Amino acid sequence: MKKEFNIIANLVEKNSKVLDVGCGDGELMKYINENITTDIRGLEISKNNVQKCVAKGLTVIEGDAEKDLKQFPESSFDYVILSQTLQAFLDPENVINELLRVGKKAIVTIPNFGYWKVRIHLLFRGTMPITKDLPNEWYNTPNLHMCTIKDFVNYCNKKNIKINSKNLFSQLGIFVIEK
Amino acid sequence: MNNIDKVKKLIIDKPLKLDCGQTISNFPLAYETYGKLNDKKDNAILAFHALTGDQFASGVNPITNKEGWWNYLIGPGKAVDTEKYFVICANVIGGCMGSYGPSNINPKTNKNFGTEFPVITINDMVNAQYHLLEFFKIKKLFSVLGGSMGGMQVLQFVSNFPDKSETAIPIACTYSHSAQNIALNELGRQSIMADHNWANGFYEDKNKSPDKGLAVARMAAHITYLSKKGLQEKFGRKLQERDDLKFGFDADFQIESYLRYQGSVFVDRFDANSYLYITRAMDYFDLSKQFDGNLSKAFEKTKTKFFIISFTSDWLYPTSENREIVIALNSIGKDVGFVEITSDKGHDSFLLDVPDFLNTIKNFLNTSYSKLNEKRI
Repeated sequence: MKKEFNIIANLVEKNSKVLDVGCGDGELMKYINENITTDIRGLEISKNNVQKCVAKGLTVIEGDAEKDLKQFPESSFDYVILSQTLQAFLDPENVINELLRVGKKAIVTIPNFGYWKVRIHLLFRGTMPITKDLPNEWYNTPNLHMCTIKDFVNYCNKKNIKINSKNLFSQLGIFVIEK
Repeated sequence: MNNIDKVKKLIIDKPLKLDCGQTISNFPLAYETYGKLNDKKDNAILAFHALTGDQFASGVNPITNKEGWWNYLIGPGKAVDTEKYFVICANVIGGCMGSYGPSNINPKTNKNFGTEFPVITINDMVNAQYHLLEFFKIKKLFSVLGGSMGGMQVLQFVSNFPDKSETAIPIACTYSHSAQNIALNELGRQSIMADHNWANGFYEDKNKSPDKGLAVARMAAHITYLSKKGLQEKFGRKLQERDDLKFGFDADFQIESYLRYQGSVFVDRFDANSYLYITRAMDYFDLSKQFDGNLSKAFEKTKTKFFIISFTSDWLYPTSENREIVIALNSIGKDVGFVEITSDKGHDSFLLDVPDFLNTIKNFLNTSYSKLNEKRI
């Protein structure tokens, strides 16, 4: 399991109600389901991944976070998890608003564009940085809205979003936020 | 259909009040079962058939000697594994495979009911089939599943009996028949009624049968079960046993010949009046209307775990309509999963060998069943 999944799972309170947005093949969901709470759902855009989740016995809806979060009522989950896809949305601001509407708390992870290796790459090579967490070239990257950890913190401050906890790794930031 | 008297039938002696206002009692419900009900009686699945289906979902249909309509899905070692689950399937009332329908005898006239048979609804069908639970002494089904009109019955069943099934799988269906759906059904009905042999529905008295009308109804409906791409790939403009066009109205194209064949075999196994009654039941189906326009209310009381499935190329009951059901369930926090399966086979995908579909059902049922057993331990 990915290192950050462990950290995310530990941020979730026992027996709480959770929605994993962009749950992929259900690896994180399965871990949370078995160890923390059984009341967990997923939303996933890839049919193939939804089928993998079903095979793991997970409750998942095929859907697009940018369109399909609106069907969930306000505060219907204790936690809404978004792991590493925020920067790939067309309208990340809208997604953050929806996460905070649907969930009492949201757990958001972002790849840090301010990571020193990324900065050095851009500074010395003058080309868009490529690292383990940012493996694509500029012309085929799914990441439309890259930000740094500092950018994200500034954004939350500006929008009066409370940051409850931060887990900062050089390449990744994990935030628990609420309105 | 000479062996129709030999099919298994449950005689329902309790009166059933129909939506049309009439009450029926002492009527037959033909059914078939596959697999064994276990001692705990926790492995029963009720499968609902679509418009032209019947109780013979798996194996060989003893009346037609053809494969059961859901033979790809249900059977030993299959997605719905009858070595593990006990599957019950009944012929809907209004049908023509042994259940109470328009070809039964009207005790008042001693003739076939014909169009004097009461108009039935999806709700009536489901209420009749509920008696099977009592008959088999099943407190709670493990699952209810069905595609198309079968899916509508799944939705109605959970709404009527919110604590009678652990899981529910509505497939390629809708909660409310659309204008397009009604229009297509009306086309079929008008085709039957335009056949002189229909005789206002009393053709059996006259030893007639509106075969042409029923065949055309089937041909039209059959097109709606397939996708444009599927038709194009299978038939294209291929000619039927000829090298060139014949400049006439014979079946020049393979697709014409195929549809004519589909129509002609259908009339051997299906009753024209049943076709009228069952399409009417589908047209009248609007689950949200039963709850003041709020579909979510239909499911408020249930804890049933839903899994909804649609198909990419199904334009008869498209993904958007299936998704409406997902949204209604989500908006009240119900347990619902959903996937749209990629298939070029149109609405008929749920009846065909579509591995992603079959695997999804298998995985959903098996993981749900083992979770239930974990809970009990």
